[in-house]
Amino acid sequence: MIALWGATRSPRRGGRSCLSGALALIVMLVCPAPVFASADQEKRAGRSINDTRLEMPTWQEIGRVVRLSDANTRWVVGGVTMLGLAAGIVGTFLLLRKRALTADVLAHATFPGVTLAFMMTVAIGASGKSMLTLLIGATVFGVIGMLCILLIRNTTRLKDDAAMAIVLSVFFGLGAAMIGLIQNMPVGSAAGLQTFIFGKAATMLASDAMLMFWAVLGVAIMSILLFKELSLICFDAQYAAAQGWPIVRLDLALMGLVVAVTVLGLQSVGLLLVVALLIIPPAAARFWSDRLLTMTILSAITGLLSGYFGATISALVGRMPTGPIIVIVAAVVFVISMVMGTKRGVIAHAAHQARFRARTRRHHLLRDLFEWAEQHGDAATTEPDDHRPTPRVSLDHLLNLRSWSSGDLRRSVRHARRADLVTDHLDRTISLTDTGVMEAQRIVRNHRLWETYLITHADVAASQVDHEADRIEHVLGRELVMQLESIAAGRQPYRVPPSPHDLGQSSPAN
Amino acid sequence: MSTTEVKHSTAADGGPVVTGDPASGAAPLSIHDLTVAYHRKPVLWDVDYDAPAGKLVGIVGPNGAGKSTLIRTALDLVRRASGSVNVFGRPYRRVRHLVGYVPQRETVDWDFPINALDVVTMGRYRKIGWCLPVTGQHRTAAMDALQRVGMADYARRQIAQLSGGQQQRVFLARALVQDAQLYLMDEPFSGVDAATERAIVQILRDLRSAGKTVMVVHHDLQTVPEYFDHVLLLNMRVVAHGPTAEIFTPENLHKTYGGRLTLLSQAAEAFARGGQR
Repeated sequence: MIALWGATRSPRRGGRSCLSGALALIVMLVCPAPVFASADQEKRAGRSINDTRLEMPTWQEIGRVVRLSDANTRWVVGGVTMLGLAAGIVGTFLLLRKRALTADVLAHATFPGVTLAFMMTVAIGASGKSMLTLLIGATVFGVIGMLCILLIRNTTRLKDDAAMAIVLSVFFGLGAAMIGLIQNMPVGSAAGLQTFIFGKAATMLASDAMLMFWAVLGVAIMSILLFKELSLICFDAQYAAAQGWPIVRLDLALMGLVVAVTVLGLQSVGLLLVVALLIIPPAAARFWSDRLLTMTILSAITGLLSGYFGATISALVGRMPTGPIIVIVAAVVFVISMVMGTKRGVIAHAAHQARFRARTRRHHLLRDLFEWAEQHGDAATTEPDDHRPTPRVSLDHLLNLRSWSSGDLRRSVRHARRADLVTDHLDRTISLTDTGVMEAQRIVRNHRLWETYLITHADVAASQVDHEADRIEHVLGRELVMQLESIAAGRQPYRVPPSPHDLGQSSPAN
Repeated sequence: MSTTEVKHSTAADGGPVVTGDPASGAAPLSIHDLTVAYHRKPVLWDVDYDAPAGKLVGIVGPNGAGKSTLIRTALDLVRRASGSVNVFGRPYRRVRHLVGYVPQRETVDWDFPINALDVVTMGRYRKIGWCLPVTGQHRTAAMDALQRVGMADYARRQIAQLSGGQQQRVFLARALVQDAQLYLMDEPFSGVDAATERAIVQILRDLRSAGKTVMVVHHDLQTVPEYFDHVLLLNMRVVAHGPTAEIFTPENLHKTYGGRLTLLSQAAEAFARGGQR
């Protein structure tokens, strides 16, 4: 609870406090209602969601918002949550179609549209705050912005990134200049317009929220219906075109969905940050999944959570803009995904690397033991059916064979012993077990097949080949080994071939 | 302007599908007076060609000869400056279901979150139609196609985890699952290991045995006589075409590869410059 107060009081503490606030909200969701009863509830009773005073919410207010007991709150929170969900779905396709920046340009280009629509409605005497008019203005200018990119791209030699940077900044500048004009107009109160920059769900009326809720629901349904078609053009547009799918129209449909999410998100997320709601959730989801459907679902959930927390926190705290909170929640999910993601997260990647290194070291250890036995005349070890104990090799000798540290070596020995591949003896020597011999035979065999291939087919010098083979042998797949076997014709299957080079002189450090 | 032109599909739009009749005697692919230019640079110049039915045809020529462009033009992916292309006697957009396309492997992002089976299933999307989900029947067909190219074990692998040869086989399976009559393949052997190349050649021969026509853009001159019944030697214009034994001669190859800019192609370029400026 204290964390939430901290978040609302000191903006300096930023992200972490907001996360704690978000967590506090989850706690409150599961808390029984009497907890929210508070002494000063009468004083604050009747405060509306549109109130802009910065006051700390009471427990009762928090409870009301979280349990959505207020009709207005229900629509606002529901609308923004749905917006997050739809953005997560649409954003997946936007990301995979590699159009992330286009969406950002689109969002910025809506700004002069909003201000112009406001000026025009004021000019004809209306209040200027009609949401539908403002959103229509935003849509028109968003589309004009896109057309400008196309125009610059197709008539000049400027590249896409330059065209986008120009359109984005010019349109945003135009909007900002027009805000200045409005403030000098006699009727002018552009206060409401500034919320379009950072977004504030709390300023929404129930009617705005309802419009948004249904429109966003439509967007979500549309993108689910077009799931197959959109995934096709994202993966392979050329093939889709050859198959007769109307690429241009499907692209337009995708951009239409993006325009809808952007424009509908203006009031709650704001034009500066709405692109984050489109891009961060799918980018985070990609760390967890290698399949489009799973990725889309995870992205939708991320967007939904971001929207929910953004809307509730903004509804509770008068001056808290929604967009930044949404972005922070999404960013927290993103960072967690980037680190923990099972498919391509940093930890998963590092673990994969570590496993690979450990496997490489194990291969080296077994091969060294095997080759030592070979060199010291114990031919028995090269025969698969023989169960005589293999000779012991001292750790010091093994350490000198390669450029591994004694720590590496000890670790490898420990792992190999656990896997029952080697036995270690009291006099600092180790020997292969029966399982170890089998595994060593497989490894040495792969190594030599590959060496032979390199010498005969890739023209690698025999003195270099051990080193070359070292790099690749650990990743040889079953298919490749079979091919190597067929190339190394005349060899007895399942036997270890002799080394193609002198074992004594060439064991260069790997 | 974009060089790709997108025609509307009859089937994808829910309209009637005109069934092409491969037995009607019309050539699987008939190109007449075709000229194509990218921006102002001509790529194909006055190409006339009728592909023979039921043959394995190699399309051979140097880099930039317009081999890929020829295939892509036949598929309506490239705008024609002039000329006509017919598939089994009809415009391509009427008989799309009769043509299987294997694009170059480099044209897609293999990091895409999708597995091999899903890629192959894309070959059935047109049969499935707008907005409808993929059903078990289509997934079974895709699995069968993966089986045919020896990739059934890799169906659930994310495509980035496949080797180049395996990726190429997935693309091939996507074309096979369409059960087309004419197959157009853009360098299916590029970046492929020897074993995969042999496997792909066997699949192409099986297709031919089943009466299909297969046209392959091919780079490796050494294997042309072994793989193909017919060749089309191309260098912006058709240098020669016909049975490999007759056409694949040193003189013809010299005409195709030697002297990149022949007098005709220089004239063509000059004409195109004059015509468009």
